[in-house]
Amino acid sequence: MRRKRQKFTIPSKYLLLIMTCVCVLFMAVTFFTDFLASPLSNFAGGVILPFQSGISKVGSWMNVRSQELKNIRDIMQENEALQAQVDALTIENNSLQQDKYELNNLRELYKLDEEYADYRKVGARVVSKEAGNWFHSFVINKGSLDGLEPDMNVMAGSGLVGHITEVGDNWAKVMAIIDDNSNVSAMVLSTEDSCIVQGNLETMDQGVITFSKLVNGETAVKEGDKVVTSYISTKYLPGILIGYVTQIQSDSNNLTSSGTITPAVDFAHLEEVLVITDQKASYTEAGEN
Amino acid sequence: MKRNIFIVITVLLCFILQSTVFRWLAFGGIAPNLLVIITATFGFMCGQKCGLWVGFFSGLLYDIFFGNVLCFYALIFMYLGFANGYFKQIFFKEDIKLPILLITLSDLSYGLVSYILLFLLRGRFHFLHYLMHVIVPEIIYTVLVTLILYPLIRMINGKLDGTEKRSEDGFA
Repeated sequence: MRRKRQKFTIPSKYLLLIMTCVCVLFMAVTFFTDFLASPLSNFAGGVILPFQSGISKVGSWMNVRSQELKNIRDIMQENEALQAQVDALTIENNSLQQDKYELNNLRELYKLDEEYADYRKVGARVVSKEAGNWFHSFVINKGSLDGLEPDMNVMAGSGLVGHITEVGDNWAKVMAIIDDNSNVSAMVLSTEDSCIVQGNLETMDQGVITFSKLVNGETAVKEGDKVVTSYISTKYLPGILIGYVTQIQSDSNNLTSSGTITPAVDFAHLEEVLVITDQKASYTEAGEN
Repeated sequence: MKRNIFIVITVLLCFILQSTVFRWLAFGGIAPNLLVIITATFGFMCGQKCGLWVGFFSGLLYDIFFGNVLCFYALIFMYLGFANGYFKQIFFKEDIKLPILLITLSDLSYGLVSYILLFLLRGRFHFLHYLMHVIVPEIIYTVLVTLILYPLIRMINGKLDGTEKRSEDGFA
C-alpha cells in the first residue's frame, strides 16, 4: 500500500525569516526606485477604490445623519435665542451692507483673488483617508486619466490643502499640509517675510500647525495676519492662502520667530477638493515667455 | 480553501472600512485599528503561519495606499501576527480576556514601533504627548471595536471548522 506522501512545509520560523528578507528587499527597491509602483497602483485602483468610493459616500451620509440627530435638540433651544438676535442683527446688517460694497470693490483690486482665477482647476472627491492615526494623507477619485500628476497643488474652498504625492489611473494620494511630514515654504502676506510651515501632530488637537524661521517677525507680524505660499517654493504656486497667524514668539536666537497658524481649510470635514492642474514649474515658464 | 477566501475577504473588508467609514466615525481624529485586530485574531486563533500571512497582506495593503516605502507596515504586521501565533496553545474559544489582552498588547506595540521609527527618528521627542493623544486613545477604541468584531470572526471561523471536519469525516 502506498503511503500518503507528507506534504512539504516550511517551519514557520524560517518562513518568518524569508518573508523578513523579502520585505527588506522590497523596502530597499521602493525607496530607491519606483519600479513596483505602477502594477500595484493599478491593483489598488481596480480592486479597492470602487469599494472605497462607494462606502465613503455611505459613511459621509451616515455622518451627516448622526450630526443632524444630535443637533436637533440644540437647535430647538437655539432657535428662541436666535429669534431675539435676528431683530438686533437686522439693524446691524443695514450698516454692514454698506461695508460689503466697499469690501467687494477692494477685493477686485486684490491681487490674490486675480491669481487664483488664473489657475486651471479640477474638482475631485475624497474617497478614503489615511487608515492609521499618525499621518494625514488621503485618496481622491481622480488620477492620471484626468490629467493629474504628482506635485500638483490641492485646494479646498480658498485655502491650501496639500499636494499630490502619488498618482494611479483613477486615484491620487494627497499629502495634507497638516501631515507631520509636510513642509511648505510660505510667507506672511502683510510683510512678505518668508517662513516654513510645518504640519505637526502634537498641535493638531488645538487645530493649528506650526511655522518657524520667520525673519524679523515679532515686530511686524501680528496675530491674524494671512500666511500664503511663497514664490520661492518649488512645488506650491505662489499666493495660495494657508491660514492665519494665531500665535507668535521670538526664537532663542533673537533673529527668527516661530509660532502657530490656523489653517484656512477645515481638515476634519474635507469632502471635495480642487486640484490645480497648473504646475509650478510650467506656470513660471509660461510667465516668463 | 474556504478559510482562505474568508481570510482574504476579511482583510479587504477591514481595510476598506478602516479607511472610509471609521475615518468618519473617528473620535477626536482617532480611528480604531481593525487591521491589528484581524492580524492578532488570526494569529492566536489559527497559528503562527496564518498570522504571519494575514499580517503581511494587511500591512502590504496599507503600504500600497498610504505608505512611503513598500513592505514597511507589512513587516510590522507580519511580526505582530507571528508573535500572536505563540498564544495558540493557551487560547480558548470561550475566553474573551486573552484576545482582548493580546489585541491591546499588539496595538500598543504597533503604536510604539510606529512612534519610534516614524517620529522619534525625526526628532519628535514628546513621547508622552503622542502616548496620551494617539496611542492610548487608539487602543481604547480598538478594544471597543474588538468586542463586536472578534465574536463575529470567531463565529464564522467556528462554522468553517465544523464544515472542514465534516468533509474530512466524509472522506474517511
